[in-house]
Amino acid sequence: MSAFHTIIDLVYVAAASCFILGLHLMNNPATARRGNQVSTAGMVAAVAATLALIVHSGAISVTGWIVMAAGALVGGSAGLYSARTVQMTAMPQLVSVFNAVGGGAAALVGIHDYMTLADAGRGVPGSITVTTLLDVIIGAVTFSGSIIAAGKLQGLITSAPVTFPGARVVNLMLAAIALGACGYLITTPSLPGLAIVLVAALAFGISMVMPIGGADMPVVISLLNAFTGTAVAMAGFVIGNWALIIAGALVGASGGILTKLMADAMNRSIGNIIVGGFGTGDSAAAVLPGAGAGVRAIEADDAAIQLAYASKVIIVPGYGLAAAQAQHAVAELADLLESRGVEVSYAIHPVAGRMPGHMNVLLAEANVPYPQLKEMDEINPEFSRTDVALVIGANDVTNPAARRPGTAISGMPILDVDQAKSIIVIKRSMGHGYAGIDNELYANPKTSMYFADAKKGLAGLTSAVKTLVG
Amino acid sequence: MSTALLTDLVIFVLSLWVGFEVISKVPATLHTPLMSAANSIHGIVLVGAMLIAVTANNAIGYVIAFVAAAFAAMNVVGGYVVTGRMLKMFRRRPAPAENGKPS
Repeated sequence: MSAFHTIIDLVYVAAASCFILGLHLMNNPATARRGNQVSTAGMVAAVAATLALIVHSGAISVTGWIVMAAGALVGGSAGLYSARTVQMTAMPQLVSVFNAVGGGAAALVGIHDYMTLADAGRGVPGSITVTTLLDVIIGAVTFSGSIIAAGKLQGLITSAPVTFPGARVVNLMLAAIALGACGYLITTPSLPGLAIVLVAALAFGISMVMPIGGADMPVVISLLNAFTGTAVAMAGFVIGNWALIIAGALVGASGGILTKLMADAMNRSIGNIIVGGFGTGDSAAAVLPGAGAGVRAIEADDAAIQLAYASKVIIVPGYGLAAAQAQHAVAELADLLESRGVEVSYAIHPVAGRMPGHMNVLLAEANVPYPQLKEMDEINPEFSRTDVALVIGANDVTNPAARRPGTAISGMPILDVDQAKSIIVIKRSMGHGYAGIDNELYANPKTSMYFADAKKGLAGLTSAVKTLVG
Repeated sequence: MSTALLTDLVIFVLSLWVGFEVISKVPATLHTPLMSAANSIHGIVLVGAMLIAVTANNAIGYVIAFVAAAFAAMNVVGGYVVTGRMLKMFRRRPAPAENGKPS
């Protein structure tokens, strides 16, 4: 290995170290920005080293340069534009699109490498075939699956589970076709064979995500993120580049951890999700006797009195809050209460929102300081010392029924909202959450229901508190 | 199994473990920026996409190189910019208090 290539390889090692350090710095909101900068620096170094490598090899044609530059320019501009303009509520869609293009690029790298080897006619080594096939399959499944997920999140495709009779048979057939073609390819290099694998994998990605309901999106996005990372690592195996292997493995680990956390937060095992299909639901709901009765409704003025004279308030935001674009309204109310000396914090359930941690970003955008954003395990012991728990647009994650066996959400970790001295729920109607069951919290004598749209309701509360305290 | 493949495999497995260790310490508050940062990191596939352009020598090769470069560049640029944008919003105390006296 020449001195030049050694230097290039060392730059790749440095870049990989930057990625690890960057992720490490994300363990605290105070250092996270520096982490992102360190990671960016690593990426710039890796790309610069690759450019130097290409120039040094002298093998690239003029067309090659133009194609590379044009592609990078088009893609870079699209990425820059979407990243600058995206609404924070639309973040899950954007992350899905980035998963899709990452997986797609990884698959294309594998395909092209295979084409070059097959054209040369000297045969394709078995180890390359296996890693190429893994790269193409995982990358293609990620690509089509993430596009469908983004479409569902954006509302272009119905977010309800789409199933048809025999869906599972179709999935099995696709898997069989792909596996059959793979088996053939290991002994005989063949481009049509690779094309069959590619098409089957793309179709499988679609049929995997279509049956998934909106509530399961956090799991799906995390899983597809893990897939993308793995696909990139496989692309690294194919082209023999350690930077890709390390970076891909890091992302695979990250996506894997988030998938597990999200699945745990919904009390569903990853195995159950992968084998049993997503979000098709245990909606055989246990209907409680007398549900809907014994619910106490209040108006803004009554709720304002409770809030204004409390000493400790916990706000429990759910996706309903984001859907109503009410994160700024809730921050305004919280500011007003704090200015009166009320201690305010937010209880964030892991699956509040459409992707892991989504609710925290939405509240941060509304200028809520991050020390007020509390994780479930941290905040749960505090509910018993809380005067008012204000639940906005959260439903199933507050339902005490989860503590008993035999309900659709049994065993799901919940926020112990019912431990608070009093509870105010802002909700448009007595409608159900995703689990489709009644929320026992609403029938609790300590609970009062304030029926309103999240945004209007919060604005009403804020003005009522202002009127009350002058 | 060749030495090269074995080395790659060792690197892959060890990186997975490093990833698990480092990422399990990231607080839930930052999980969305974490995911988008991970997104930008797997944009390293741009390196692979650039190398395609070197070996491409026919129309299909160039089309693949173009699409791969575009996809990967979108991944890298978009991922880093949007992560930076999100992390900028995470403040210890509300914005007005920052550029004045300590509260």
